[in-house]
Amino acid sequence: MASLFRNDLVLGAFEELGEVGLLFLKTLKNLFRRPREHKILIQQLEEIGVRSFPVVSLTAAFGGLVFGLQTYIGFHRYIGPGSEAYGGPIISLGLSKELIPILVGLMVSGRVGSSMAAEIGTMKITEQIDALFSLGANPVRYLVVPRTLASFFMLPCLTLYGDIIGITCGYFYNVVLMDVNRVIYLQNTLRYLELWDVASGLIKAAVFGVVIAVVGCWQGLKAEGGAEGVGRATTRTVVVASISILILNFFLSKALPATLRG
Amino acid sequence: MIRIVNLQKAFGENAVLCGVNLTIERGETMVVIGQSGSGKSVLLKHLIGLLKPDAGEVYIDGVEITRLGEDDLQGTIRKFGMLFQGAALFDSMTVAENVRFGLDRYTRFTEAEIRRAVAESLAVVGLGNVENLMPHELSGGMKKRVGLARAIAYRPEIMLYDEPSTGIDPIRADAINELINKLKKEMRVTSVVITHDMVSSYKIADKIAMLYQGRIIEVGTPEEIQKSANPVIQQFIHGQAAGPIRTF
Repeated sequence: MASLFRNDLVLGAFEELGEVGLLFLKTLKNLFRRPREHKILIQQLEEIGVRSFPVVSLTAAFGGLVFGLQTYIGFHRYIGPGSEAYGGPIISLGLSKELIPILVGLMVSGRVGSSMAAEIGTMKITEQIDALFSLGANPVRYLVVPRTLASFFMLPCLTLYGDIIGITCGYFYNVVLMDVNRVIYLQNTLRYLELWDVASGLIKAAVFGVVIAVVGCWQGLKAEGGAEGVGRATTRTVVVASISILILNFFLSKALPATLRG
Repeated sequence: MIRIVNLQKAFGENAVLCGVNLTIERGETMVVIGQSGSGKSVLLKHLIGLLKPDAGEVYIDGVEITRLGEDDLQGTIRKFGMLFQGAALFDSMTVAENVRFGLDRYTRFTEAEIRRAVAESLAVVGLGNVENLMPHELSGGMKKRVGLARAIAYRPEIMLYDEPSTGIDPIRADAINELINKLKKEMRVTSVVITHDMVSSYKIADKIAMLYQGRIIEVGTPEEIQKSANPVIQQFIHGQAAGPIRTF
């Protein structure tokens, strides 16, 4: 009985992986096909990008502040007073390579991924997806492709914006609030922070963007059973997308080169 | 012409269609009756390719559609207009945007032609000055009529109606029946109507088919169905709880 249960669980997991993989492949297949849904793409760029600015601003600001605070404490406690200015590159590197892409990914999966699942799930249970099909619109091309494209482009933009806010807040905490030496802080940051550090964070963000959109659309398209089903799809989107982001982040960090300097 | 051959469909353990055979001639209105949950909507969705059968074939004007890929299927779907049970209006779009949706995709009309076609389709269903309203501002009957206007806007050859009179009062239901007959007369469309409303069935049907236990058990004109010796049909058309059809 226990082994049967385990088999069902494993089979179910592979089935779901297959479903989401198939949707991703269909999305790629429909990416360059006509008609292109420019109007929806623009709406989604606004929804995913512009409307996420407030939440990304807050997250990045407090992420930068707390990272600046802990780095200050670390240097002050273990290396000694005066060494805090050497924390600049660590703050910038940690924020741009890891913390900001993850925070932005998690925030957007909560705000946008769940809303995609709810919107498409409601369309599914009210037969609007069937209506799209009957009126000549391929649901993947009409719903999934613009959301995936918008998410792919906007996540790196939001991450770059978050990097600027976060790094500025780390600087503000150390230099303005804690009186760390401004010149050494900036010199070290500029010396050790590479453009690649920022770029690798943006690459990760683009991958997270695709994951959020495909998972949100997949959950919406498979929603059934009325309002309860839509609620379940919404919750599952946030859980699956968030866990996928955290797991993928580790593998991307391992796969992407740490530096491009010889 | 629509020809359904040995159509079978199951959802998990639940066999819904167990070998449906049915032929619908061009220009004919076929009403498919049956209990709630008997698979009428499932049958309808196979005609337009929304569902793929486990076995069997569906021929639309000689083309077998169940094995067509998504892109090939689009050419056949162009022939269909479908009125959904809950109208299925796109709730983020205005009435006009809903009605022009198929026109934008299926025709090469200019903007002026599209506007004119939208106004004409809304006029056919008896609606005016509603173009800029959102679906949530419409009553149930109006939604159904907008759904119908959307389905007929690009002049389909075949109309599919899923429970057209469900959820609206008898007078509006009769108005929808009149519309179905008007469309048949004016646009010469082939119609497949799914319903369990016998008053509507008698009013609009050229032929009535009864779906029971996953199979079509009888096909005939309304008069033939009314005179049928089959106790299942007699129980259903007279709406009696007692009889061979188990109610619970």
